[in-house]
Amino acid sequence: MGILGAAVPHLAVAKVTADVAAPLSPVEPAPAPASPSPRAKPANQAVRIGAEPSTLARRLILGIIGAIFLIPVIAMIEFTFRDGLAGSYTTSHWTGLFGEDSARTYRGLYQAIENSLVLAAVTVGIVLVLLLPTMVLVHLQFPRLKRTLEFICIIPITVPAIVLVVGLAPVYSVVVKVLGGSTWTLAFAYGITVLPYAYRAIQGNLDAIPVKTLSEAASTLGAGWLTVLWTILLPNLRRGVLAASFISIAVVLGEFTIASLLNRRNLQTALLQVSQSDPWVAVIFALAALALAFVLLLIIGRLGAASPSRRKS
Amino acid sequence: MTATFSLTGPTPTADSASTAPPTGATVQLSAVVKAFAGHTALNSIDLDVAPGELVALLGPSGCGKTTALRTISGLESIDSGRILIDGVDVADTPTNKRDIGMVFQAYSLFPHMTVLENVEFGLKMRKVAAARRRERALETLEMVGLTKHSERFAHQLSGGQQQRVALARALVTRPRVLLLDEPLSALDAKVRVQLREEIRRLQTELGITTVFVTHDQEEALAVADRVAVMRDGRIEQIGTPEELYATPANAFVADFVGLSNRMTAELIDGQVHLHGCTLNLLGDPMPDGPVVALVRPEDIALSTEGIAGTVISSSFLGSLRRTRVRLDDGTVVAIQHEVERHPQPGEAVSVRLKGAPVSALPPKLTK
Repeated sequence: MGILGAAVPHLAVAKVTADVAAPLSPVEPAPAPASPSPRAKPANQAVRIGAEPSTLARRLILGIIGAIFLIPVIAMIEFTFRDGLAGSYTTSHWTGLFGEDSARTYRGLYQAIENSLVLAAVTVGIVLVLLLPTMVLVHLQFPRLKRTLEFICIIPITVPAIVLVVGLAPVYSVVVKVLGGSTWTLAFAYGITVLPYAYRAIQGNLDAIPVKTLSEAASTLGAGWLTVLWTILLPNLRRGVLAASFISIAVVLGEFTIASLLNRRNLQTALLQVSQSDPWVAVIFALAALALAFVLLLIIGRLGAASPSRRKS
Repeated sequence: MTATFSLTGPTPTADSASTAPPTGATVQLSAVVKAFAGHTALNSIDLDVAPGELVALLGPSGCGKTTALRTISGLESIDSGRILIDGVDVADTPTNKRDIGMVFQAYSLFPHMTVLENVEFGLKMRKVAAARRRERALETLEMVGLTKHSERFAHQLSGGQQQRVALARALVTRPRVLLLDEPLSALDAKVRVQLREEIRRLQTELGITTVFVTHDQEEALAVADRVAVMRDGRIEQIGTPEELYATPANAFVADFVGLSNRMTAELIDGQVHLHGCTLNLLGDPMPDGPVVALVRPEDIALSTEGIAGTVISSSFLGSLRRTRVRLDDGTVVAIQHEVERHPQPGEAVSVRLKGAPVSALPPKLTK
């Protein structure tokens, strides 16, 4: 179950990554003149290859994809109510979480959740402090390096986590000597693993706004570089930055391999451990992690749809 | 409606109001060179702009006009030469310290700010108090007729309105120099004419030294005190619109500023002999010999007798018509005439020169 818990958020993240690039534009086009709906077509028009699918086809595709995602989730929920192998159902696994001695029983799990949240925060910090300014700088001042930066940021997605760990192990032997063996130091490795997702989210937003023109306009009005970044660019990159942050959080909360192989305790390694003695509780926490990932996805979707005027109001 | 306030002195820090008559700064480019990856965008440019003057940089794409503007603003560094604003070399001064206003070709309003916030931005950078800032921003918005749109966002405005806001944003700080980088090229024809007149009115009222980049010769001639025609990183000619139109320095200028017919002629005793007509020569005297006369379409007329030719095409241009005629010697000329006359392609016609003085170039300069 721990493996399932670890894998599902990654699936969700992969879907988000594909979706974030397009809908991030903060600049909505001016209202277009009234024109026939692109969906409206003459009754006698023949169906052609590449045409927009019919309503029925859309619903069918949505239904199949929905089922692929929902069936495991429903099975997990059903599992949490099972009463052992007796075939009957009980709520005791859920109520047990709120029992008097749950804090003691699941202390390790709660500690792991805390570790994962700290890791998520530090990873997001790394993305915002290192990746974002670098991307803006490359976009504005060194556009020729854009391809190189993209290549570097995409590399982690092509390297299996196990290979990454082999390379990171000697590095972490130094990190432990310098910074100690605290779990938060894993964030350095996670900062690398989230690069492809964070890069895509931010780059999509950078491409959607005239960054150079806005920066130049602000500087002709008297703004220095930091003011341009903070006052002009960040508000317009808000969606990309938030999407990158949420995706990073989702990746960190679902990460298992690196933490396990570097002997650190995070949510996923703890879930695996708990699942060996209490699989129901492990699944309940896996569901909670999934729910959090879904909420983050919803927030990203909402951000993509919001216009400046609505945000203002 | 006339602006009589001043928010800035030579350095962009003040919150003082002044009723002194508006005066702009001098702008001088001296032997400015700028190259991009081996391509020389500016090839030893010299340009002097007087206080309160509007100079248009005119030329085809890639001639270096925008680069010249960007070097004045500091958005591009220069390889050599000097850029002086009010006599002070600003080549090493960063853009945000140059006290300039700039309007870009692309709508450059900050999308997350309202119109009012956009206009206030420059004042905020100069640490003007909030109440004062708002007052100044509203005054400037009133100048461009957009007060009632002050709470809107950029995407809720038309292109013309966005450029008006951009203009107000650039003017609100009363910059020493206003730089306009093809501000009208993204607008439709009617709005373009309205806005260029508005720009000229505001520039004259405020007395701000202005450099206006455009590739549209009609626009340049309409708004500028002087026009600098550029090609391949050089200024080919600078002068008043009238000077450029009447006495182009070469065929490139003649072609780019207005429309000229190039007709082979002979210069004898300082006069141009062309198709049996003797015309006075405009500009500097030239040695006798073969020349290429530059004859404006309005200086040729369709006639009942004269030089024979055949109509190639005829275009309706609103208040006038332009007809292209192939003369019997093979020369093709454009003729501007009244709309009532509507020649048909293939029609045999006669043309005559009206006798207006013409410019002429030695044949080697016509390329």
